[in-house]
Amino acid sequence: MSPRKFTATIGREFATVAVTFLGLLLVTFFIGRVVPIDPVLAAVGDRAPADVYERVKIELGLDLPLYQQFWFYLVKIAHGDLGRSVLTSNTVLADIKRVFPATLELATLGTILGVLIGVPAGVVAAVNRGKWIDQFVRVVGLFGFSVPVFWLGLMGLLVFYRMLGIVGGPGRLGVAFDDIVDPITGVILLDSALRGEWAVFRDAFSHLVLPASVLGYFSLAYISRMTRSFMLEQLRQEYVTTARVKGLAERRVIWRHALGNALVPLITVIALSYATLLEGSVLTETVFAWPGLGRYITNSLLNADMNAVLGGTLVVGTVFIALNLLSDILYRLVDPRAR
Amino acid sequence: MSIVTRAWLLSDSPSSRLQSRLGQAYLRWLAFRTNPLAVVGLAIVVLLLLAAALAPIIATHDPLRQALDQRLLAPSGAHFFGTDSLGRDIFSRVVHGARVTLFVVLLVVVTVGPIGLLVGATAGYAGGWIDTVLMRVTDIFLAFPRLILALAFVAALGPGIENAVIAIAFTAWPPYARVARAEALVLRNADFIAAVRLQGASPARIVLRHVIPLCTPSLIVRSTLDMAGIILTAAGLGFLGLGAQPPMPEWGAMIATGREHIFDQWWVATAPGIAICTVALGFNLLGDGLRDVLDPKQSQ
Repeated sequence: MSPRKFTATIGREFATVAVTFLGLLLVTFFIGRVVPIDPVLAAVGDRAPADVYERVKIELGLDLPLYQQFWFYLVKIAHGDLGRSVLTSNTVLADIKRVFPATLELATLGTILGVLIGVPAGVVAAVNRGKWIDQFVRVVGLFGFSVPVFWLGLMGLLVFYRMLGIVGGPGRLGVAFDDIVDPITGVILLDSALRGEWAVFRDAFSHLVLPASVLGYFSLAYISRMTRSFMLEQLRQEYVTTARVKGLAERRVIWRHALGNALVPLITVIALSYATLLEGSVLTETVFAWPGLGRYITNSLLNADMNAVLGGTLVVGTVFIALNLLSDILYRLVDPRAR
Repeated sequence: MSIVTRAWLLSDSPSSRLQSRLGQAYLRWLAFRTNPLAVVGLAIVVLLLLAAALAPIIATHDPLRQALDQRLLAPSGAHFFGTDSLGRDIFSRVVHGARVTLFVVLLVVVTVGPIGLLVGATAGYAGGWIDTVLMRVTDIFLAFPRLILALAFVAALGPGIENAVIAIAFTAWPPYARVARAEALVLRNADFIAAVRLQGASPARIVLRHVIPLCTPSLIVRSTLDMAGIILTAAGLGFLGLGAQPPMPEWGAMIATGREHIFDQWWVATAPGIAICTVALGFNLLGDGLRDVLDPKQSQ
């Protein structure tokens, strides 16, 4: 396929994403409209005379037809204006910039764990199809689709923090280590390593390992299941027989040839699971008092701080869409047949 | 089962429509039975149904009655799963919670199934711009983070179990539409559809009477596998205080109350969590088994 056609495909992909993004904005706009809180009353108070009420209503643009209001909403978003949070009295954008690295740290480590364990587990299950190890991987995976993440987190805290005492408790750092390291990236593991504060690094890691493992388990469940089914498909192919007939070591046939091809569709799966972990962090962060985006959204929600909720929803949705796009492009780059 | 009935069911030349249908169902049951994990799943789901139906009989206490002199008692013969911070019997609350869970799951599936089926079957059968528009909308919804969107919806509508159902349903229909469309695309060019069309059937009749019934099996499989996800989302909303409101015995909300006591009275959060796991696992196992029987082309 020619490079021009490839560019055209990518272009179409971007157009699709633009439509999806517009849809996301339409939904957040719509939710903001149906909230039973009158934004005018919130601004002027319920004792304001009728003329003040009307004036503020016009100032806020709420007398305009809906499509014009939506247009102004789009313009605001395009300028990076997500409104102001009632709870923190900062702009929502500044708040999200502050909390996002914590979520990123958690979801990234979770995904790394999920890939490192899930992919080999899926391969082993596929190779030993129907044997006990296959059943074991399957049940462990199915359990991951059935257990509530917040409950697993609580049980993890009970066993590993309270009873065994081998991990740090809720929060990102112990009290003694707060504010020692000046943020560079906001990701504490990176910051403390860059500044050479290894005591902080160790403490941060001990706090991170449990919530990341809990999230990683869900990623593992999904990735091992998909790896197994992709591997089964590859192992049926003729090139596998050819490689065996050529006399290649079985290990090489499985881990190089078959897995090499199975990795192509796995890119999409891993990107998707990463996106799901960002979402799963909402409940996990609540349990672990983790100061990330998920807890920011739920906190704002419980305090009816709609600007913050919709801003957070918009950011997570955007990351979702971006990851989908990225995986599509990677997929096309890696697999020549998909171009 | 007597040998005569068995022979009647397995007859190669059924003499009535009823006989052939029952025979089909029996063959499927025989296939289903060979998968032990699926049978376990079925047993769990039947248990859930029984618990929900017979909750007042099974429960040993009133799930709402508070007894402040019996707060946070450990599991014992009098209170199988112990008591919570208001002295309510956790076993009875878990049993009654089966009703809440079943209510949410059934309501979501009953709303989502028909919507997805109608959107998907119409898109697949009609084709052209109708297909493009409907699938574009479906894709937009599919690209959203489900839990976060449900959260934002509940925030807008206000907390409560009905609003939780609406929010979950609103975010859960797109996969159904996808499945139904894929089926309808295949059916669209089938000879029997062409025959019905030549007999003068209207497009609405073809979609409702001929396309939709044939899409249904794969949707049943899909919704069984989806039920675990619905249960988990509903429990998550309950945990955050946005789903069922107190004092309703909802499993997620019960875990939330147990959270404050997790280090000292671990049983308060443990029992409802195990209930959620068991039921969700049951639906997942059942769905896996049903897929092998009803929809063999999708299974690996």
